[in-house]
Amino acid sequence: MFGKLTLHDIPLDQPIVMGACLGIVLAGVGLLGLITYLHRWRWLWEEWITSVDHKRIGVMYILLALVMLLRGFSDALMMRTQLALAGGGHLGYLPPEHYDQVFSAHGTIMIFFVAMPFVVGLMNIIVPLQIGARDVAFPVLNSVSFWLTAAGALLPNIALGVGEFARTGWLAYPPLSELPFSPGVGVDYYLVALQISGIGTLLSGINLITTILKMRAPGMELGMMPVFTWTALGSNMLIIAAFPILTVTLGLLLMDRYLGMHFFTNDAGGNPMLFINLIWGWGHPEVYILVLPAFGVFSEVIATFSGKPLFGYRSMVAATLVITVLAFVVWLHHFFTMGAGADVNAVFGIATMIIAIPTGVKVFNWLFTMYGGRIRFEPPVLWTVGFMITFVIGGMTGVLLAVPSNDFLLHNSLFLIAHFHNVIIGGVLFGCFAALEYWFPKVFGFRLEPRLGKAAFWCWFVGFYLAFMPLYVLGFLGMTRRTNHYDNPAWDPYILIACGGAFLILAGICLQILEIVVSIRTRRARRDLTGDPWNGRTLEWSLSSPPPAFNFPVLPAVEGLDAHWTSKAAGPAARPAAYDDIWVPENSPLGFLLAACAAVGGFAVVWHIWWLALVGLVCGLGALIASSWREHGEICVPAVEVARSDHLANVFRVNP
Amino acid sequence: MTDSVVSFPAHLRTPGTDTRGSTGRWPTYAVGFALAAGLTVASFALAQGHWLTPASLVAALVVLAIAQMIVHLIFFLHITTAPAQKTNILALLLTLLIISLIVIGSLWIMAQLHTHMVPMDQLMQMQR
Amino acid sequence: MSNVSIATAGERAPARYQPATKLGVTGFGFYVYLLSDAILFSALFATFAVLKTATDGGPTARDLFDLKNVGLETACLLTSSFVCGLAMQAAEARKPRELAVLLGVVFVLGASFLTLEIHEFGGMIAAGAGPDRSAFLSAFFALVGAHGLHITVGLIWIGSLLVHIMTMGFSEAYQRRLFCFSLFWHVLDVVWIAIFTFVYLLGVQP
Repeated sequence: MFGKLTLHDIPLDQPIVMGACLGIVLAGVGLLGLITYLHRWRWLWEEWITSVDHKRIGVMYILLALVMLLRGFSDALMMRTQLALAGGGHLGYLPPEHYDQVFSAHGTIMIFFVAMPFVVGLMNIIVPLQIGARDVAFPVLNSVSFWLTAAGALLPNIALGVGEFARTGWLAYPPLSELPFSPGVGVDYYLVALQISGIGTLLSGINLITTILKMRAPGMELGMMPVFTWTALGSNMLIIAAFPILTVTLGLLLMDRYLGMHFFTNDAGGNPMLFINLIWGWGHPEVYILVLPAFGVFSEVIATFSGKPLFGYRSMVAATLVITVLAFVVWLHHFFTMGAGADVNAVFGIATMIIAIPTGVKVFNWLFTMYGGRIRFEPPVLWTVGFMITFVIGGMTGVLLAVPSNDFLLHNSLFLIAHFHNVIIGGVLFGCFAALEYWFPKVFGFRLEPRLGKAAFWCWFVGFYLAFMPLYVLGFLGMTRRTNHYDNPAWDPYILIACGGAFLILAGICLQILEIVVSIRTRRARRDLTGDPWNGRTLEWSLSSPPPAFNFPVLPAVEGLDAHWTSKAAGPAARPAAYDDIWVPENSPLGFLLAACAAVGGFAVVWHIWWLALVGLVCGLGALIASSWREHGEICVPAVEVARSDHLANVFRVNP
Repeated sequence: MTDSVVSFPAHLRTPGTDTRGSTGRWPTYAVGFALAAGLTVASFALAQGHWLTPASLVAALVVLAIAQMIVHLIFFLHITTAPAQKTNILALLLTLLIISLIVIGSLWIMAQLHTHMVPMDQLMQMQR
Repeated sequence: MSNVSIATAGERAPARYQPATKLGVTGFGFYVYLLSDAILFSALFATFAVLKTATDGGPTARDLFDLKNVGLETACLLTSSFVCGLAMQAAEARKPRELAVLLGVVFVLGASFLTLEIHEFGGMIAAGAGPDRSAFLSAFFALVGAHGLHITVGLIWIGSLLVHIMTMGFSEAYQRRLFCFSLFWHVLDVVWIAIFTFVYLLGVQP
């Protein structure tokens, strides 16, 4: 009836796990109680859960990312404190089998359920606003994408209390992840969660590409798109090209585990090295999927706050496209040491170094944009400058690792860990935080508190260097990744400094939470009535904050770069003579229903509860077919309503 | 919104473009069908006959397969080089580039790893 | 010179601008999905190519594959692709009955293909050459099975399209779905060309 699932699978004997579960359950019950108490269920269902408005879906994506950031970061803190306590003959407080789950969950959650939803959420909110579109190409599909991602994120959290999570590291290399060596449900949770969220990501990639290529405002040619939209295009092209490979690779491992097949097993001709080859065929492009939109954010921020057009727009676009293609010719550098010949290693090593060139072009473009500009050091700029310094260091250690002979020394050492945190925190996460500070007033209609924002930045920035620079040294001293305890006094000081750095980052996170809370409480004083708080350059700043559901009362006609900036320079815009009715997509519960089926079905597959998996499949398919029969998907906003909304927004609009 | 019955416009047959073309009348489908059938029969005949050396047989079958895929793209999917289809063609070419990178790269890497591997039975011996 | 001007209801923007139709947008989005599906299959092809010789002393392609069966499967799919094109013509001429008949033919041909494939798989499994026998067989079943799974989805889709046209008739949304289905079906045929060439015809060569 319940497959492999029994009461013994709930780890009642582990106080740390049970404490965390209790916390999550209490917080969940509290939240549900609060919603009931405030009579907000209908509001939640109609305004958020079934919403197909790209801005709301984007906000939910980012909310998911922030919640999962807390989960992933607590894993990080556990690892750092464990290592701080586990030197010189001590074993620390996390036994190896628990520690293995912690680092696997940390990596999986941070990449798939923090970085991905944050970046996808940003693209969702901003891209249609920048290209003058009223929504994404397929609004209902967009909701499906989000909810599938959320369903995927749910599973590793269920794994915390029911069963276990993978102990295999974030990419679950076979043969360790094969059934004989990982007989538990941990790897199954991992595989099912990533399959579900991966499909969501693929669908959202299709959606955003179509939006960018087919829904641009009148007159906006490709060469007039803002740089963030360009980087979003590059990122989504990579999603389309890379995520199918992930689906296949994880699918094959699933079949190994569930159907006794032999793709990656040690026996019957299986080849574990094939998994490593395939997963990095996805894994390397994934890095650029995350970082390209961050590059776009920095480009927008630096041009806006320098009060200058972006230096070298064309070279920026070219660099983005070159990176997009080169992302597919470097994947072997993740396994130089696996045993390919010198020629293979040399080709992939050189290709890796070549990627530094377009990236370098970007860095110089940002610097030249700042040169001679009147820079306002608001929080988004701090994150951007912090990024430029940090990312260049991370890029250089990356070039060191790209030399195969170096890699043989540094592979799987803490040097590698330091390098990729250097580029992912310094590049992707700083980019996300810059974007959060920059576009928050556009999305919510009030500004964030800048002093707390700056304090949070400094804690993060200094904390980052304290936490990760020592890891470079530890790598040289020979410490390998995923070490549970150690016995080398020379490592002690660096490990303690790194632990201190992690706590400084914790202070930064607390300040960010405080920043948001304080800003919400004082939102009336911080209202953004102009719609253009930073004196922006691109079309999203021509709208009121927050923009109406249909975004653009009248579609703008674009004739060049930096459309909003040039329009401001030309003086007050002519008021439209007439408004049209606007059709906006109707809410749809399809995304939520499909995700519910996927979550239930996924859980059933993990525990081999086959009847329940079948129920999930049939319900999902039924919901899909039923919704495909729906003929009327839109409701009308009458022209009068559009006009009133536009006039209200214009009362406060200033044209400098 | 009007949901009345609209005629099926001609531009429907090409993904993503709004131009009206004259492709896709049924003789085109028939021509495509005939060409594809001919190429298929040729492939099967070559593979089962013994007219070619192994290497030239591989080359011939690959060429026939690619030819038939192109026939399908042109006559069934109506992908053409018309200016309105620039995006479609570019997307297709980019996909082909990525597919060849993945497939050729994987085969190259895996072939090297294979030659450098100690055979599995010897490896088991060494681990004893 | 202002780079943005507000287009009023009467004169909507530059003359060369034509807003993409819903059909154009949907068609392009589905085309992009199909391209990503092609990459999915290419990863499976790469896996098959790598594991092709890993038979672990078990049966090889030469022992197992029956080219007559493959020829029949190919004939079914190729004809169904052609008939699917004719169905699109019927839809264009707004002949619901003709469309229903032609879709029915596509369904029957697709179902015959699937039956032949299931029969082939069943025979192999019964002969002890199932997907768990060797890495080569795992890769074979995964690649050809993934194509078969797509065909199955296509058959369910045809079913939905058939019931819809017989109960509710034509609509814009229906035509979009029909168009996407035809793209899907034609692309599956293209994938099959690669399968019969690289897996079967080249597989049985000594």
